[in-house]
Amino acid sequence: MSDAVLDKQVKKQKTRKSKIDPEIGVELSWKTLKTQKQLIFMSVPIALYLIIFNYVPIWGWLMAFQNYRPAVSFGQQEWVGLQQFKFLFSDDTFMLVLRNTIAMSFINLVLGTVTAIGLALLLNEIKLKFFKRAVQSISYLPHFLSMVIAAGIVSTSLSIDGGIVNVVLMKLHLIKDPIMWLSEGKYFWGIIGASNVWKEVGWGTIIYLAAITSIDPSLYEAASIDGAKRFQKMRYITLPGIKATFVILLIMNIGHILDAGFELQYLLGNGLTVDYSQTIDIFVVKYGLAMGNYSLATAAGIFKTIVSVILVFIANNVAKRLGEERLL
Amino acid sequence: MKAGTKGSSRIEPVVFHTFNTIFMLFVVTVTLYPFLQTLAVSFNDGSDTLTGGIYLWPRVWTLENYRAVFISGTIYHAAFISVSRTIISTVLGVFLTTMLAYALAQPQYIFRKKIGLLFILTMYFNAGLIPNYFLIKNMGLLHNFMVYILPSLVSAFNLIIMRTYIRGLPFSLTESAKIDGAGEFRIFWKIIFPLCTPVLATVALFIAVGSWNSWFDTFLYASSDIKLSTLQYEMMKMLGSIMSANNDPSMLAGGQNNQVQSLVTPASMRSAITIVTAVPILFVYPFLQKYFVVGLNLGSVKE
Repeated sequence: MSDAVLDKQVKKQKTRKSKIDPEIGVELSWKTLKTQKQLIFMSVPIALYLIIFNYVPIWGWLMAFQNYRPAVSFGQQEWVGLQQFKFLFSDDTFMLVLRNTIAMSFINLVLGTVTAIGLALLLNEIKLKFFKRAVQSISYLPHFLSMVIAAGIVSTSLSIDGGIVNVVLMKLHLIKDPIMWLSEGKYFWGIIGASNVWKEVGWGTIIYLAAITSIDPSLYEAASIDGAKRFQKMRYITLPGIKATFVILLIMNIGHILDAGFELQYLLGNGLTVDYSQTIDIFVVKYGLAMGNYSLATAAGIFKTIVSVILVFIANNVAKRLGEERLL
Repeated sequence: MKAGTKGSSRIEPVVFHTFNTIFMLFVVTVTLYPFLQTLAVSFNDGSDTLTGGIYLWPRVWTLENYRAVFISGTIYHAAFISVSRTIISTVLGVFLTTMLAYALAQPQYIFRKKIGLLFILTMYFNAGLIPNYFLIKNMGLLHNFMVYILPSLVSAFNLIIMRTYIRGLPFSLTESAKIDGAGEFRIFWKIIFPLCTPVLATVALFIAVGSWNSWFDTFLYASSDIKLSTLQYEMMKMLGSIMSANNDPSMLAGGQNNQVQSLVTPASMRSAITIVTAVPILFVYPFLQKYFVVGLNLGSVKE
């Protein structure tokens, strides 16, 4: 190839610069598609699968603006505008459900984060390698059990005949008679929070422990020379060192604030505690699948998704302004 | 003054480590005790359990609770479905996740960002339960075994773990193979896939545990079909019947208990099925344990 031809090609590329992805440095053209056809075969079908199962159902959102009846064809459905949403927000049950969802999410988020960071800090202080590893292994274990098993274990532990919680509280003379924990609404949020801590605290420490390990050890040495005490080092070196991890996890969790969970509440809740145990997801199952009010249930689902997307963007932008690491 | 600080610095570690060790033992106890009690109750006579006081060791030994669980044929079929769905989901999921991650880890791949974003968005964005239900229904997946496999085949989280790991592999490995004229799929299958063993184990663990532990998909999509019931779903049904019959210990769980003459209470039967369902997890856990910490930390690396 002569220099003149090469020059021409360079010029050609320069004039078409706008079409070239600046980061990849590859142009979207038939030629590129052809050279990358194997990569395309390996990835595009899986992407299509994802689109079918995760994006196509968004089409169903139209149901929220209808008075959907299963027997009628889609074109014949009655369009009702925002009526379903209006009904939703004037419905006392939905307001209760919203309150429960946010309350339980908030409790889970705060309790989960605080206990995970606390346990990570204390695990980090253990000098005996083998003891540390043993405690970690055991604390991760409940994470791998299903919610059904967890619910079974929780209800065994809280039972009035020999449940360990009542036994211990009675031995400590904190209560006189065993309490029927799962029959009273006022305990429900606390039980969910405590159960989640039991199940997930060990798992939650993994990421924080990794963040602690990546802190520069010379910082601790310098602090020791300056006479810093153990808790001062935790406060002024370790905690700032894991701040970035904390912020990322916070952003992720804020997006899921309306995901208080379905399983544990569904499995542990009963008629007596329904005013405290019902979450949005349970509401959707109940109204949508059990009662056949698909439109209302879809509207509730849309509300949930939109709120979570908005919250992630807000949290992401706030983190950006504060100069912290971001997710998106 | 100087002596004082020296003294406290000698005592402080002892006090701290003593308290820390006690606290850790407390954490371990709180974590493990409920299992041990469940195990003890599962081997204890049902009516005896009702009198309370079973903590770590059965008082009146019996295998009746387990016999009551295994006497109904349902449990074997449910176990078969649970095992099948777990194995198929894991094998397919691991293969597809790794293949996609390989493609997305190639810096020159034209669609790598677009497909990556498509997956990451699903972590925050969901069409919702009812639209998903209609999709499954319209695809003819209701009361179909494939409903356990298809919807959750490749997850964004596992994809991120795999991609981060593959990106960390040295480029020189694939470069020389490319010069020798090997295709992308060949490079992936012969070179990259075998190198991914530690992270493959992590992803396999996550997929297998997720599939084994799932009961909600049975509840939503196959609840009326006993042939598709899983162990978790059987346990969930049992839990439900116990919760509603909590104050009536004479009521026996399940329908086949007429043959079981001794007293098998719902609570003791629940303990037995809890152990049966948890044992596979407890069994594989120690072998895979060393892998998932690595995997989880890979997953937390920012895009």
